Amino acid sequence: MERILLNVGPFSINLETPLKPVIESVKMLYAEQFFLTDSTANGFFDFHIKIDNPSQLRRWYKPQVQFYFDGKLPFKPLPFSQAYPFFEWGLNWCIATQVFNYLLIHSAVVERNGFALILSGQPGAGKSTLCAALVNRGWRLLSDEMAVVDLQTNWLIPIVRPVSLKNESIQIIKNFAPDVVLGESFYDTAKGTVSHMKPGMDSVLKAKQNSPCKWIILPRFVKGADIVLKELPKTEAVLKLAENSFNYAILSSQGFLSLCELVDASYCYELEYSNLDEAIALLADLPV
Amino acid sequence: MTPILIQVLTQPKQIQHLSLKDWDLLIRQARHANLLARLGYVLENNGLSCDIPIAPLRHIQSAQTYAQQFENTLKWEIKCIAKALNNLNIPIIYLKGTAYFILGSIAAQGRVFSDIDILVNKDQLEQVEAALRRAGWAQHEMDAYDQKYYRQWMHESPPMQHVVRGTSIDVHHNILPTTNEACPDAAKLLAQAEKTPSLDGWVLSTSDRILHSACHLFHEGELDNGLRDLSDLDLLLQEAAKKDPAFWQTILARANDLGLQRSLYYAMHYCGLILKTPIPQGIHKQYLAFAPNRFVLAALDILFLKALIPNHHTCDGYLTKFARWFLFVRSHWLKMPIHLLLPHLIRKGLKNFTTES
Repeated sequence: MERILLNVGPFSINLETPLKPVIESVKMLYAEQFFLTDSTANGFFDFHIKIDNPSQLRRWYKPQVQFYFDGKLPFKPLPFSQAYPFFEWGLNWCIATQVFNYLLIHSAVVERNGFALILSGQPGAGKSTLCAALVNRGWRLLSDEMAVVDLQTNWLIPIVRPVSLKNESIQIIKNFAPDVVLGESFYDTAKGTVSHMKPGMDSVLKAKQNSPCKWIILPRFVKGADIVLKELPKTEAVLKLAENSFNYAILSSQGFLSLCELVDASYCYELEYSNLDEAIALLADLPV
Repeated sequence: MTPILIQVLTQPKQIQHLSLKDWDLLIRQARHANLLARLGYVLENNGLSCDIPIAPLRHIQSAQTYAQQFENTLKWEIKCIAKALNNLNIPIIYLKGTAYFILGSIAAQGRVFSDIDILVNKDQLEQVEAALRRAGWAQHEMDAYDQKYYRQWMHESPPMQHVVRGTSIDVHHNILPTTNEACPDAAKLLAQAEKTPSLDGWVLSTSDRILHSACHLFHEGELDNGLRDLSDLDLLLQEAAKKDPAFWQTILARANDLGLQRSLYYAMHYCGLILKTPIPQGIHKQYLAFAPNRFVLAALDILFLKALIPNHHTCDGYLTKFARWFLFVRSHWLKMPIHLLLPHLIRKGLKNFTTES
């Protein structure tokens, strides 16, 4: 059993696993700056996670893998080949179900010139693809999976983890940025084929710098479409973000106020795109 | 060794000497015992909030935020139930967690649960269910046997769930299954029910609420929340004793009256043993009269002291799983006499077997 201690964004994680594929993927995709040792860790971990075979038998017969949240099993086991993505999904689940001291919105967050851009939308809308493209063209990655909003300042807190690319996006990003570090491809998962992109050094080095939000965009990838950036009424933006939030309902009035302030301070748009270069050129010219 | 969560619940001041590594364990045990929010309130009530380091504090605050939102939902749900049943003009008695919440009891602080339990007169069961159905609650489809199981033997109707909100309500006509030897006379419970000043509901009397909590814990087979339930009893007993100097005598007499002496004995015995609930000397002697014989007690001590600990793998000893399993079996044994229990278990076993294959 190997213990991997990680510090990602505001969270510390104690991951235990005997499984080589998990250890290798984590070591490859997380920046070395985020690894802790027993002497650099303070002894308190936000999440204790174990990835292991569900039983000895399952090591040999149709091997499976199980996610343990501090000894409990929130999920049914998955095929062994999906061990590493299981860790990523499970960690998302831990944060989304246990953390109520930040507002969490399902979205990608990137930053340029000190201002953050939230890309929110339903799964499959193309936010991860656009996020991966932007961070390969000068934007800094804060998060691919969730906007973490500090409830006191309303600033966005980075949680720099591997960017999860799905299906065609994997090849698109490979072509778009041939130098990116991509992890193994995992086939036939619940989300199709999944591969993770390692965040760039710039994002890693600034992983402790929070940013105020300036733009909120709901992107939608439409094959062959002309690029359209349409202003989104702020009232609608609040509702859309609330819909995409993991814990908005639990935060009750505090969540509502925080979300309103966030939207109020930002330009809000809907973006339809088919070409990444066009989208990036357009987003470089957003009003400040 | 005593789990750190129990150490802190019994001596909250201890947190002033904890390392972050200790806090790590404390938060994990509290989370899995469903006591994380309550831990925060216990520390707050003891003036210790400032002694919680920031890393564990974030988890406690998160749990408290969740619990507060739960209270909002609960309040709304109680209003919906009241509205649905208002026209019947009968007292609706809220049980357990909902009652603690309505009364503003200390046991409601940070207590999150999934079902609202209400108690009504058995004669009114049908009209209450019909009114709830009209307001959007529905029962899952059930075969004839399961219907019979609930209607004839249990102390509650089949659970109802609201089709839009997904919230659950259990309508009871007693606090223990009718097949249970210790099942009390429901009329006596109803006779002492009290109207609550807020939210227009009814609750059982103080003693009856505690006796209900006790028979629930010590007859119930699912001990996943065992420590939380014991902590409820600890808080309820202390709160009642503080409010009414005659409380201990009242509850002893009431246990006699309802035939729930054994449940009260276990509540006081294990609260005292595990959570160090202060019980006056004179009372101590009296409740000992409710104890089972010493062989049974010795066996139950082994089992309950293993089972009533945080439901966390760092607390599990080699006997924990067995103790929980054995107490689960015991709960069935208490639930109904053997001539009903055996056919019931065989039927359930066969049903599980056929649905699985």
